[in-house]
Parts: sequence; C-alpha cells; structure tokens
Amino acid sequence: MSTAAIDLAGIKKSFGDKLVVNELSFTVARGECFGLLGPNGAGKSTTARMILGMMSPDAGDIRVLGEPVPSRARWARKRLGVVPQFDNLELEFTVRENLLVFGRYFGMGARKIESLIPSLLDFARLESKAGTRVSELSGGMKRRLTLARALINDPDLLVMDEPTTGLDPHARHLIWERLRSLLARGKTILLTTHFMEEAERLCDRLCVLENGIKIAEGKPHVLIEEQIGCSVIEIYGGNPQELCALIRPFARHLEISGETVFCYAPEPEQVLAQLRGRVGLRLMQRPPNLEDVFLRLTGREMEK
Amino acid sequence: MGEGYAAAMPANAYNWVAVWLRNCLAWRKVALASILGNLADPITNMFGLGFGLGMIVGRVDGTSYISFLAAGMVATGAMTAATFETMYAAFARMETKRTWEAILSTQLTLGDIILGELAWAASKAVLAGTAIGVVAAVLGYAPWTSILCAMPTIALTGLAFASLAMVVISLAPTYDYFVFYQMLVITPMVFLCGAVFPVSQMPSSFQHLAALLPLAHAVELIRPMMLGRATPDIGVHIGALCIYTVLPFFVSTALFRRRLMR
Repeated sequence: MSTAAIDLAGIKKSFGDKLVVNELSFTVARGECFGLLGPNGAGKSTTARMILGMMSPDAGDIRVLGEPVPSRARWARKRLGVVPQFDNLELEFTVRENLLVFGRYFGMGARKIESLIPSLLDFARLESKAGTRVSELSGGMKRRLTLARALINDPDLLVMDEPTTGLDPHARHLIWERLRSLLARGKTILLTTHFMEEAERLCDRLCVLENGIKIAEGKPHVLIEEQIGCSVIEIYGGNPQELCALIRPFARHLEISGETVFCYAPEPEQVLAQLRGRVGLRLMQRPPNLEDVFLRLTGREMEK
Repeated sequence: MGEGYAAAMPANAYNWVAVWLRNCLAWRKVALASILGNLADPITNMFGLGFGLGMIVGRVDGTSYISFLAAGMVATGAMTAATFETMYAAFARMETKRTWEAILSTQLTLGDIILGELAWAASKAVLAGTAIGVVAAVLGYAPWTSILCAMPTIALTGLAFASLAMVVISLAPTYDYFVFYQMLVITPMVFLCGAVFPVSQMPSSFQHLAALLPLAHAVELIRPMMLGRATPDIGVHIGALCIYTVLPFFVSTALFRRRLMR
C-alpha cells in the first residue's frame, strides 16, 4: 500500500492537431488532497478523464491505486469515487433509489446497500430527503448526493471535477467542510478547480496547468511565498497608467487588469503614502493569496 | 486500440444485470402507460386489418387471415418495442441523461452497459410480443400454450433488433436521424418479411431479399408456433437472429468507444 494514489508520467493527449495535455507528470500521495488548477480549457477535465480510464492518453503512463490505466482501469475504478463536473444523477428516482442503483453497479447486494444508506445520507446532510425525487432537490443537495453516491463503494480515492462550480457560497462551504472530513478519514482527493479559494482551503499540494502544460507545482503557501512573497494593494478608480508611473519605484511588480492596478509591494506603507490625498481612489491592502499566484502565472487578462 | 477495445468488453457474465435492474426500476414508475402504448398499435392493426381485410381475403396459408396476422403482429410488436426502446430510451440514457457516463465511472465497462441495455430492450420486446399473443389467445386465434413456446423466440427477436438499433444510435448525432432508420428499414420490413401477407406472394427477387432480413426469420419461427405447426429450418432462423444479435453488438461497442471514450 506504499504506492502512490495516482502516478502520471509524460502524459500527452491531442484532439485532432490540438495538443490538450503535453508531457504532464505528477504524483499524488495517499491521503493528500491534490488540486489540478487552470483556466477553462487548460486540460484539467481531460486529465481527470484519462485518470478514470475514460479516455486513453496518446503517450505516457498512468497508474491509479497501483493499477495501470486504461488497461486495468476497471480494477482501479472499483476503489474509486467520482464526482463529475455535471450532475448525472437519476432525476426521476428518489435519493434512496439513486444510491441503491449506483451501489449495484459495484456488484453490491440490495441489503448491503440499504445498510449503508443511512450513514451516507447522514454524511451528505440529506437524512430527511431519502424518499424525495432528485428533480425536487436544490443544486447544493444534488451535489451532496453526488458526493454520497461516490462514497458508496468506500473508495480510497475521490476524483472530483469542479465539485462546487455553480453552487452558492453557503452550499460551497458545506461541500468543503464535507471534503475536509473525508480527508480527516484518510481518503485521497484529486480535485480540479478554477476556484483559487477552494484550492487554497482544501489542497495539500497543487499543480497549475495552462494550455496542457504544468507551469507550477507545490504547496499553496509555498507557491504564494515563492511567486508573490509580499503584500498586495489593489487600487481602483484612477488612470491605471498614471498610477503605475507614480508608484513604480516602490513596487516589486505591477499589473493592470481593466480599471484595477495590482501592486505587489514589500513595503506597502510607501505606496500608500504616495497615493494619500488623491481623490476618487479606492485602496485595498491584503496578504497575497493563491489567486495572485494563479493570475501572475497565467496572466491577469486571461480569466475572469 | 486493441487493448482499449478489450477493456471495453463486458467484464463478466453478470455485471449487465445492474443496468437491467436500473432500467426496470425506471420502467416500473411508468409501467401502465408503457404497456398500453405497446399494445395499442399492434392491436389496432390486428383488428383493423384482421377483421376488415380478413373479410375480403378469406383464408391464408390454410388458416384464417386474423390468425395468420396475429403471429406477424407478435413478431412486429417485438421488433418495434426493442427498436424504439433502444433508439429513444437508450439514446437518452447515453446522450441527454448522462446515465451511461455515471455508470462508466463505476466498475462496469461499456460492454456491460450495452449488454444490459440489450437485455432490457429484449425484455420490453417479450412484454409487447406476449401481450399481443395473449390478446390473440383470448380471442381464440392462437392456443395459450403457443404463447409460452414463442417467448424465447420473441426474446431473441428483441435482442436482434435492439442490437441493430444500438449501431444506429452509436452513429446518430441526434434523435432526428432515427426517422430514417424507421422509414427505410423498419417499416419496409413489416411488408417484406411476411408479417401481413405471405412472402410467397412477392416477386422472387423480393423473396431473396426477405430471406436476409431478421424480421422474416422471426416470423418464420413465431408463426408455426402460434398456429401449432412444425417449424421448418428452425436452426437456420435461430442462427440468423443470433448473427443479427452478436455482430452488431461488437460493431456498436467499437463505435460507442469512439464516440464516448475517444
């Protein structure tokens, strides 16, 4: 059991003549939460699909829970839980029926599944919804049911493709809290996301993809320290070019995104002193976060 | 490709049952409407053609026209039920409802799913074919025991037509394409294969064509059973339906792999 949960080596994948994943390698240790970050179209979902054996790489080796994929993907999937990007629950079935049907795909008997359902519903905070049709559930409840469904075979590894996309903040925080409790139980999680907050809160390590290429890998706080390593001041409401000229001597790095200037300053007081007294400016000083790293690496203008 | 194709084959002889049970659960929620739908069309045909046309036609093949037609309607009903279940319901599960995608994230393979869908469509065919047979038996146009004897053949007919329809849905970009298969393949078969009049009435070239079509073999098997006669060439007909089941299964598995797991 000392082998890695996921081991990717030199993966390449093209669709037609478009290279979607290029020479991607990373290793996910057992028990860790590993994030795959990148803008839309970076190759995250393609990578996740290859890990599940639902798509074959053009070159490179994939091992999931010690099994070579895709040739023995079925054996790997026995010990895997999947939360797909788009819900594919059975809408006309009840919550209980969804779990029953899904458990049978893993070769489990009805009695065994029935015995697991209460704890799964409890975990997903859906105790009172067992007999409710899925089409009547809210978006957050559906996601939690998808998560509960992914746990029916008590998997060692969870692969989640953008698990909180489209959820309101309340529902998102509940999912994060549930995921942390899974990590506490020793599960391994591979998470693709473009929410930096999600990655920063959950991931032990992460890898940033852009155009199918790995552009950074490491622990979130280490990446933040390495890539930014100083305070960030966001400045709104002035002429960005003019402001940049004014504060450039005191900034390590400056970036303009639309109307906003991002100033990375080791000594923010000096920058603030320069701007004091100028009318119409709004300033926000804050510690650096993963979003700064991400935008620094992938370019401010690329992504919302 | 070879290795990937092998990995897409059914993993064992029983995984498909989970897919069958899933479809059965979904069907149970709409069972009554489904059964009525299955019955209405062939029964209308049987009464309309049987009584109406039967008056003019008189006896066919040494039996009343309605008895002759009843067997044809059982075979046709099985064909239609399996074809439509696959073309519309299975296509929806593959494409719009993402049911197959969910199943593919479990230990089941693509082949397991297709096998489960085929078995389910065949079950619907048995239901539809048997229901028509029961109506015929109630009215005294077929012996009760013959319905029981015909059930395995009805199931095989369902498997063959479900398997053929699988190839169609593996290639069809949208629902709109199904109407071509229905108009150009399914409907002509009803008239070419001896379901409503004997094949021997057609020009010989059409008779040769009919000998290749799956519905003709289904009719040749089911009609003697329902009329209480011996079935000539029983092995040939069963063999033909088996070929129509097995070959499209392998073809559609390859095509689905290309479509869903490229």
